[in-house]
Amino acid sequence: MTVDLAIIGAGPAGMAAAALAAKLGLDTLLVDEQDTPGGQIYRGIERVPESSPNTSPFGADYLAGRPLVAELRGSAALYRPGTTVWHIDPAARAGGTLALVADEHSESVVARRILLATGAIERPVPIPGWTLPGVMTVGAAQILLKTADLVPEGRTVLAGQGPLLYLVALQLARAGAPPAAVLETAPHANYHAAAARYVGELWAGRRELGKGLALMLGLARAGIAVRRGVRELRVLGRHRAEGVAWEGGEIATDHLFLHEGVIPNTQISLGLQLTHRWDECQLCWRPVVDDWGRSSHAGIAIAGDGAGIAGAVAAALSGRLAALDAAAALGRISEAERDRRAAPIRAGLAPERAIRPFLDALYRPSDNMLNPSDEVIACRCEEVTAGQIRRAVRLGASGPNQVKAFLRCGMGPCQGRVCGPIVSAVIAGARGVPIAEIGTYRPRAPYKPITLGALAGVEVFPHQIANNTEDSLP
Amino acid sequence: MFRPRPDSPAATIAVEVEGRVVLVLAGASAAAAALMAGLSSIRDTPVGGSERAPYCMMGICFDCLAEIDGVPNRQSCVVAARPGMRIRRQRGARIVAIE
Repeated sequence: MTVDLAIIGAGPAGMAAAALAAKLGLDTLLVDEQDTPGGQIYRGIERVPESSPNTSPFGADYLAGRPLVAELRGSAALYRPGTTVWHIDPAARAGGTLALVADEHSESVVARRILLATGAIERPVPIPGWTLPGVMTVGAAQILLKTADLVPEGRTVLAGQGPLLYLVALQLARAGAPPAAVLETAPHANYHAAAARYVGELWAGRRELGKGLALMLGLARAGIAVRRGVRELRVLGRHRAEGVAWEGGEIATDHLFLHEGVIPNTQISLGLQLTHRWDECQLCWRPVVDDWGRSSHAGIAIAGDGAGIAGAVAAALSGRLAALDAAAALGRISEAERDRRAAPIRAGLAPERAIRPFLDALYRPSDNMLNPSDEVIACRCEEVTAGQIRRAVRLGASGPNQVKAFLRCGMGPCQGRVCGPIVSAVIAGARGVPIAEIGTYRPRAPYKPITLGALAGVEVFPHQIANNTEDSLP
Repeated sequence: MFRPRPDSPAATIAVEVEGRVVLVLAGASAAAAALMAGLSSIRDTPVGGSERAPYCMMGICFDCLAEIDGVPNRQSCVVAARPGMRIRRQRGARIVAIE
C-alpha cells in the first residue's frame, strides 16, 4: 500500500490531522495501537452515552474529544486501530516505509509523508517500592475508569503533583471511590518561582488557572485531604503496597497512584535519530520542530505532545497545522492557501502555549524525584538500581548507552521507555554534567516486540528496496 | 482489586482469569479484567522473580505481561477483553516452544 500521509497515533493531534488531511484530498492512513480512537486523553470517549453525557464522571474537557472522533469517523481517512508500528525506514527527502503489525500479521506501507502523533507518557516516579503490586500511575487509574468503569476497591491514596493528580482524585470521588488522601510533592519553592517568573503569563492562561482553582475547590468540597510539601515518599510493604510513608508521616493504603507530570513519548522519534534537545523547563527530551511541526527530517513531522507538552487542545491545533503543511508540500494547496488557513489555528494555539512555562515551573519535580537515591530501582524490567548505575559511572560508563551495556538497564521488554529519563538524570548527577550533555538511550526497532512468526511473514517488495536505495518515493 | 463504579451499566463480556470467570464491559482490556478478578500480581520478573501488576495501563511499562489464550508475554493492557478469553499469569520469561 502507498499513501500520501501516514499518521501514527489517534489522539487529538492524530485525529485532527487525519480528518483535515483527508478533506484536503490527501490519501491518509491513521494507525493506532488502541482499539478505539481518542488517544489517552480521550480514551473510551465513544462509550459516553449521547443521550446523557452528564452521568460521566469526567467533565467538559473530556467531552471535547467527541467532535474530534466524529470528524475522524466521518472523514475519508483510512483508520487502522489495533495496529502497532514496529519499524520505520525513512527515505532521504520523503517519508518512508512503515512496518505495521496487527493480529500477528505484519504489513509494509509506503508513505510520502509521515506524521508522528505519539503523544505523551507519564514521567517515571522512582521512589522506594514503586514496583510493588498495588502501585500504579494516576493515568492508569483514569484509564481503568474511562475504558472499563472500574474504580479501586479499598483505601486509595494519590501522590505526586500536576493537574492530572487533582483531576483524577475528583473523578474517583465522583465515581464513588473518593481517595483517602492526596499527597502533593511539589516543593514549596515552586510556588514562589512560578509566581515570580511568569506573572505575565497568568492573564493569558486565566482559563486554565480557573480550572485548576475549581479542581482544588472540588476536592475540598468532596472532603478529600490534600497534604502539601510531601518529601521522601516511599511505599510500605514487602510483596504488595500496604501503605505510603513520607518525611514526618505515613498512611495505610491498598492502592497508591503516582504522578509527576507527563513527558513526550519519543521512542520512535529517537529511534529515527531525529534531532532532539533537552528542555530545561519541561525537564525532558523533545524533538526539534518548526512552527509547522517539521522535524529535522524533510518527510517527517511531529504534532501534539510528542513534540513538547502543551495539552490536548494545542495537540489538535498542531495536528491541523501539520496536515496543512503536508497538503502544501504535496501540491494539494498553495503555500498562500496554507498560510491563510493556518492563521486562525495559530491564534488559537498561542494562549494554550502561553500558560505552559508557569505550569512547568509550578509542577517542576523535586531533584530527588528525578535523580533517586541508591536503593531505588531505576530500570523496572531488569531491576537495576540507581546505586548500580552510579557504580557503573565510577567504573567508566559515561552515558546511557554505555550504562546499558554494563548493566542491561533499558534492555528489558519496555526497551527503556520508563527508565530512560531516570538513567540519564542519575548519570548526569553522578558525573556532575548537565543532562543535555549526557544524552539519552538510542532506541532501536522493533519499537514494540513482535513474534518471529510475524517477522517471518513480512513481505518485501522490490520497489521498496529500490526506493530506499534511491532515497526517493513514488 | 478493582470494582465497577456504582452507576456502571451491566458488564456482559465473560473472561476467565486464572480459572475464575469475571464480567467486564466492552472496551475493557485483559489487564482490567485481571485487576477486577483481584489477581494479586500478573507476572513475576525473569530477573529477580519479583511480583508485578499492571502499572501504566497504556502500553509503556510491560509490567502487565500475561499469557492470553495460550500465548505468553502479551501486553494485557493493549489487548481488548473478548468473550471466552483465558488470561493467566506470566511466570518468568517466555519459553519458546520448539516444534
